Amino acid sequence: MRSPTIGLEVHVQLNTASKMFCSCPVEFGAGPNSRVCPVCLALPGALPVLNRQAVESAFTVALALHCQIQSFSQFHRKNYFYPDLPKGYQISQYDVPFSRNGYLMVETEQSNRRIGIIRVHMEEDTAKMLHGRSITEHATTSLVDFNRSGVPLLEIVSAPDITSAEEASAYLTELRAILRTLGISSGNMEEGALRCDVNISLDAGTRAEVKNINSFRSVRKALEYEIERQNALLDQGEPVVQETRHFKESSGITVSGRTKEEAEDYRYFPEPDLVPLEITPQWIDAVHQRLPELPEERRRRLGEMGLFPAEAATIANAPELARFFDKCLLVVRTDNYVIVSRTGINPDSAITVSPFTANAKEIANWLLSDILKYLNESDLTIDQTKLTPIGLVAMIQQNKDGRISKTKAKELVTAALQGKVMQVGEKGILTNFPLDQDKFDEFLEHKTATVTATIAAIGSMGLTQISDPETIRGWVQEVLAQNPKEQDAYRLGKDTLFGFFVGQAMKRSGGKANPELLNRIVREELGK
Amino acid sequence: MNPLLRRPAHEILPMLSRGELSCRELMEISLDWVSQTEGRIHSFLTQDGERALAKASALDQRRAKGEMPGPLFGLPVAVKDNLATKGLRTTCGSRILEDFVPPYSATVIERLEQGGAVLLGKTNCDEFAMGSSTENSAFFPTRNPWDLERVPGGSSGGSAAAVASGQAFLSLGTDTGGSVRQPASFCGLCGFKPTYGRVSRYGLIAFASSLDQVGAFARNVRDCALLLETIAGHDPLDSTSLNEPVPPYLRELENNPGSLRIGFASDWLAMGLAPEVERTFHRALDTLRGLGFAIESISLPHSHYALPTYYLIAPAEASANLARFDGIRYGLRVPGENLKDLYQATRGQGFGAEVKRRIMLGTYALSAGYRDAFYLKAQQVRTLIRRDFEQAFGAVDLIAVPTAPSTAFRLGEKVDDPLAMYMADLFTIPISLAGLPSLSLPMGVEGGLPVGLQLVGPALAESHILQAAWRFEQATGLHDLVPPLAEVPRA
Repeated sequence: MRSPTIGLEVHVQLNTASKMFCSCPVEFGAGPNSRVCPVCLALPGALPVLNRQAVESAFTVALALHCQIQSFSQFHRKNYFYPDLPKGYQISQYDVPFSRNGYLMVETEQSNRRIGIIRVHMEEDTAKMLHGRSITEHATTSLVDFNRSGVPLLEIVSAPDITSAEEASAYLTELRAILRTLGISSGNMEEGALRCDVNISLDAGTRAEVKNINSFRSVRKALEYEIERQNALLDQGEPVVQETRHFKESSGITVSGRTKEEAEDYRYFPEPDLVPLEITPQWIDAVHQRLPELPEERRRRLGEMGLFPAEAATIANAPELARFFDKCLLVVRTDNYVIVSRTGINPDSAITVSPFTANAKEIANWLLSDILKYLNESDLTIDQTKLTPIGLVAMIQQNKDGRISKTKAKELVTAALQGKVMQVGEKGILTNFPLDQDKFDEFLEHKTATVTATIAAIGSMGLTQISDPETIRGWVQEVLAQNPKEQDAYRLGKDTLFGFFVGQAMKRSGGKANPELLNRIVREELGK
Repeated sequence: MNPLLRRPAHEILPMLSRGELSCRELMEISLDWVSQTEGRIHSFLTQDGERALAKASALDQRRAKGEMPGPLFGLPVAVKDNLATKGLRTTCGSRILEDFVPPYSATVIERLEQGGAVLLGKTNCDEFAMGSSTENSAFFPTRNPWDLERVPGGSSGGSAAAVASGQAFLSLGTDTGGSVRQPASFCGLCGFKPTYGRVSRYGLIAFASSLDQVGAFARNVRDCALLLETIAGHDPLDSTSLNEPVPPYLRELENNPGSLRIGFASDWLAMGLAPEVERTFHRALDTLRGLGFAIESISLPHSHYALPTYYLIAPAEASANLARFDGIRYGLRVPGENLKDLYQATRGQGFGAEVKRRIMLGTYALSAGYRDAFYLKAQQVRTLIRRDFEQAFGAVDLIAVPTAPSTAFRLGEKVDDPLAMYMADLFTIPISLAGLPSLSLPMGVEGGLPVGLQLVGPALAESHILQAAWRFEQATGLHDLVPPLAEVPRA
């Protein structure tokens, strides 16, 4: 069996607010040619102005792919005629892309390998063409929708390091997880937000390029077909032709397109309407600091909490689910809540409740069974439902405490997923809580000191937690020293003030104090 | 002609602002003169008389209500037809845009209108600003008001002829390799090509993006300063526009520029100069000396390569800039059997010979296998030319050089000889390649034809150039020149 050498060229649509060179909104599904202006229609005299948000999204991805960012790079014009390219050239990057030399760790069942990234560059998307009878009465008519014209694109070129169809698929899955975690693209292949061309050769021989692949499954199928086709040719002693081939979704085969001999000459030259792209080290640093936990790291963390690799991957690779999961953990870690009465949130009722006890594994089990099934079936993300982390954790607790049955709990969760307000338990904590996390967060922020601790704990997500007891004790002592009256009141029996001290100390720590430790130390210090 | 039309803009403007002369009245006088002369001169591709009258009346009403008049309040002006004007046909002198009406206005047009200027219409030019005589207009040639058998220069010939003949007080042109300065020279005007990036290019229909710059025509230096001040300044819609404050050119005009050192490149004079131009130039140097400027010889050794360098870079950029005229979204569309036919028929019929020649030159210069030898080499030479100027400006403050090697030539004289036509821009092109500001102003009238002098400065030295030019103009009296066609009959 000959060994395949595969390289992927991936185009990613960035979900910036506006297009790459004009202020038209990036919006899909709008009426044809309704998101256009002189610039993206290439009217005579219009000039491009580079969108800084697109640049930042672009190099955020490059950083996540461990690429070197060039402080100066250049845009070039890539010249060719086609109705979907209004200027007659595409503004792209050529010999000076903004980043090079990165890699992506790609895990399959057999291996965990480092796949090189040769370059990541920026360019603008073309308009969308609709051909033939499907849209007009004339088979020879084509229509052009310029809403997509000028949407920022990222081109990510891998090294020819990929050795199987499975690995190519894993590369794309990992790349998509990164894009989604960074929140810069839906990464949805069916919608064209992510597009993939593959280059493949056997035993480092002549390569063929396959285009027109529209799903993850098709990438795999196209590669499997090409491996088979090229093997068959070589077995018969026939050469593989260097050419562009097109994947046929319906039949699962590739067919010959134009050969490289008649390849177009794009006559690249530097875009004189734009100044060189400058990405300062300060800018890079600032973005680097803000990089979220990436899927690989997140999977490792979840694994360490006892989740199986498949569970960790499912949660970690879907950023909304991962955020939800982390918020659940935070809810568990937080001791201080408010009693919510039937008339709504009552700030005066703030009390400290006994801690929730659900662990990571339990939360994951709940998320990955009925909830995930519902989300997949309804094509929703968890953010789009009424289920909140606090609601789920409370439910798990009610069930654990034996107040409601598992069946009842599942019913309530389903009701929340379907958008109904949730009745959590008959008595005790969180009765009739509106289950609107945003409102709850807002309430926490403004209403009572008790709740400051909760906010601070939520705010500390992703920050390094401070667990040094002496540092924390320092903050607690400062708070106590500054609030003698409250101390006296507490000692005279006003228990609710406990939360106030915790909150003040948490504030002092910038939200970074380990909440369990902080609670313990406040108790210790007040007990003195 | 009404003598009001020969008055400098800076004398007419206070009359308009104070209401001593209504905008409407002046506009009627201007339009009347346009209709009397246009049949001989052909400055305009599109006239907008009715709207101009309406706008003039509207301005009068606003003044009556006590609104503060802008710096160009009520002044009839003309603009070159490669500047986009919202709702007003913009053809670039080309069949391919014969019926094109832009939905937006160029930044310079907006600045003019905010300043209170009223557009008389769009002026004729060489197709896509490619030419030096305005004979490459797809519609008709424009005549030089000094001699109707001669060209007004180009490519902004219509804008120059309109101001020289008194049809408009001021006008805008565009200058890629000399297209404002050379017509200014041929028509006895001031023509200013500012520093690259000083004036927004947004809405200027591109010929060669790294060279194109909007320029100002006026009959005297003060009017020129006024127009430049109105249009200059940073524009967020043009990434190459400079984010530098615009000095008050007008207020600084009479400032003493100090004992400026003015350089002249003796090697340029050897490049082929008509004897009357050379004579006039030496006289001009004497005048400058008399004004207290030190005249020093400088060397710009790479200028010899400027013409070939320009004719690689400009067409290369043009070949891409003109690709958008494909018959798909706007402009001419000639149907074809298939997409390729449609492209070929549209562009084949829509573009004139000179435009096609340059598209082919540029496409060739960028093609695989030739790019290094042509386009990239030209970029390297451009850097050397730019360095020549940088070095020269270490030793002198301004450079003086004739604007064109000859006075206005006859219609048809060079039309069949592209190389001879290209030579008309010999002295303007090196300055364009270096992106420097340059003002052409009259330095004499020889055999009934004006001769222009260029004053060139380092980047953003517009104010210095204007100050020196104003002193020169005061010394020679060569301002507000009147071609025979526009002589006011003696009462």
